[in-house]
Amino acid sequence: MAKREGLEVSVAVGDAAMLSDVDVVSAYPITPQTHIVEHLAELVANGELKAAYIPVESEHSAMSACIGASAVGARTFTATAAQGLELMHEVLYVASAMRFPMVMTVANRALSAPISIWGDHSDAMAVRDTGWIQIFVENGQEAVDNVICGFRIGEDKRVLLPVMIHLDGFALTHVIEPIELPDKKDVDQFLPPFKYPLPLDPEKPVTMGALGSPFIYTEVKWGQEINLEKAKSVTLEVWQEFDKLFGRKYSPIEQYRTEGAKTLLLTMGSYSETAMVAVDKMRGDGKEVGLLKLRLWRPFPYEELREVVKDADTLIVLDRAISFGGPGGPVCSEIKAALYEEKKRPRIIGFVGGLGGRDISMAGFEEIVNRGIEIARTGSEREFEIYGVRE
Amino acid sequence: MATAVHGPGVITELEPFAPGHRACSGCGEALAVRLAAKAIGNNAIIVNATGCMEVVASPFPYTSWRIPWIHTLFENAAAVASGAEAGLKALEKKGKRPERNIKVVALAGDGGTSDIGLQALSGALERGHDFVYICLDNEAYMNTGIQRSSATPYGASTTTSPAGKESLGQVTWKKNLPAIAVAHDIPYVATACPSYHRDLMRKVTKAVETPGPAYIHILSVCPTGWRCATDDAIKVGRLAVRTGIFPLYEVTNGQYKMSLSLTKLEPVENYLKTQGRFRHLTEDTIKEIQERVTREYNKLVELAGKPGGETSSE
Repeated sequence: MAKREGLEVSVAVGDAAMLSDVDVVSAYPITPQTHIVEHLAELVANGELKAAYIPVESEHSAMSACIGASAVGARTFTATAAQGLELMHEVLYVASAMRFPMVMTVANRALSAPISIWGDHSDAMAVRDTGWIQIFVENGQEAVDNVICGFRIGEDKRVLLPVMIHLDGFALTHVIEPIELPDKKDVDQFLPPFKYPLPLDPEKPVTMGALGSPFIYTEVKWGQEINLEKAKSVTLEVWQEFDKLFGRKYSPIEQYRTEGAKTLLLTMGSYSETAMVAVDKMRGDGKEVGLLKLRLWRPFPYEELREVVKDADTLIVLDRAISFGGPGGPVCSEIKAALYEEKKRPRIIGFVGGLGGRDISMAGFEEIVNRGIEIARTGSEREFEIYGVRE
Repeated sequence: MATAVHGPGVITELEPFAPGHRACSGCGEALAVRLAAKAIGNNAIIVNATGCMEVVASPFPYTSWRIPWIHTLFENAAAVASGAEAGLKALEKKGKRPERNIKVVALAGDGGTSDIGLQALSGALERGHDFVYICLDNEAYMNTGIQRSSATPYGASTTTSPAGKESLGQVTWKKNLPAIAVAHDIPYVATACPSYHRDLMRKVTKAVETPGPAYIHILSVCPTGWRCATDDAIKVGRLAVRTGIFPLYEVTNGQYKMSLSLTKLEPVENYLKTQGRFRHLTEDTIKEIQERVTREYNKLVELAGKPGGETSSE
């Protein structure tokens, strides 16, 4: 039986990659991702993980090497954060468009400038259109489970897409949590060996990455879109099967004390844990407040969102990134778009907060909810408000 | 097998790079790729950077490649090759693929190598991947319309280093990529030119058979960009070698060896005058180029310890 033990989340994520029997790890160090790749390098050095560890000279090369490894049929893993993810940006599009499944954990971190090693979701949001599956986790256990699920989802023949697992830098990567690492034999049962349909192989030559003229480019992109949309049902299937084997449930949007809630708060990642405590407090005070935790960011869970907000009057969305000059945080504007055609929809109030590692306390979430309810009643001069800023 | 080249005057009929590609007429680079592919053989994976050879060989749904081939981006051929090589080795070690000694060969132009891809190349060489990197040097960004690169020679007029009243064209000397490769202490570095086809194929074969990283720098005449006659690619390449502008040599485990015995270099002017990109050069500039070429050539000869190795096999 798998036992629960105190583990640093980064170490546990590395262990999850090892349990998934990765063949190649290619990574470049960046805070706060470092402990993940250090641990993997150590596992390879000690012979515990049979894999090639490629200590590349940049994140651009890290992702490029992942593509090369995936193209020959290797199960591939990498991790990065912030500037690293941005340096990979153009390569990310190639990994998804050329249909290379791989798993990358992103230790969510703010983007420069000013340089900040601390957490927010600017990096994750900047790559939302790259065609990857993006899953946000809120604690170490979820990170471990979703690394394993990520391989299973991405490698499914109906999907064949790369998967990003987003875990907040420091708030998750550097904390020690009680984590249950699944047994290897159970993981082996859950995750079959990777068989890429047409790898680069002299026995059966293929041309990959051909020039796409106007007569075919649109069709390629459309095919990619359809597949990413389909990835949602496969993700649900995989999570269900994971639940059956390991007893832990995952869903695209998780609800916390939403029964009868007139006001809903929506968060992503590790801050959801504090938000839950805030909801408990407000419920205790007799307020009809519930929490939505958005886990699956790409493909976006439209139906699930419409279903869970249909009885609410107010939906307060917390973004941890700014879409500069735009209508608010990227998550909030997406949610507004998703609900626009609904006959009955809540008032949607956007907040931006928790930038560059700025904590939001339990009282802070309470403040956000109260201010959100007030804006819903009286309106605001702004498209969105930024929480806790000194003006 | 990589040893498919055999016998004097006999060249393998193997054509991993098929005819029917869309290169310009007289393209020296397509010829270089064809010859290199013959020497590489069938048991290989080609990783191609964005550039002329990628565009002309892979307009979907056509392909010129009869062996596995992948193209992703401009600057990352060496990194993709690193991943493919490491992936193959890991899978073979774990028994997930049969051991077949597949060689990974990266192809990139001079821009993809000496400018935008230099970091990825340096990383891959330093890490010691067992692969071959071939730079197809036509001395400018030809695919995008003859813009200068750091491999463009001094004095050449390109669309972004145009000769004009205030400029002689390219004002910097060609970056010495083979020397940079040698500085990585890799087992094999060579220069080649399709005008010396057997020399080129021998070097590619040797690179493929060398364990660890090997780098081959191939001067590829581009009639379109160099503004020379389309039936002159072989002649112009030969002149580049005979004038000492592009010396043929190889460096095996740090040991330099000249590939041809050239008792006397031809004047650089013989080479420069074949091409429109040098048409504007004054006598003074030509003299400056001559001095530099002679000096650099002598340095190489000194490194090699003697003027030539094997006799020329044009």
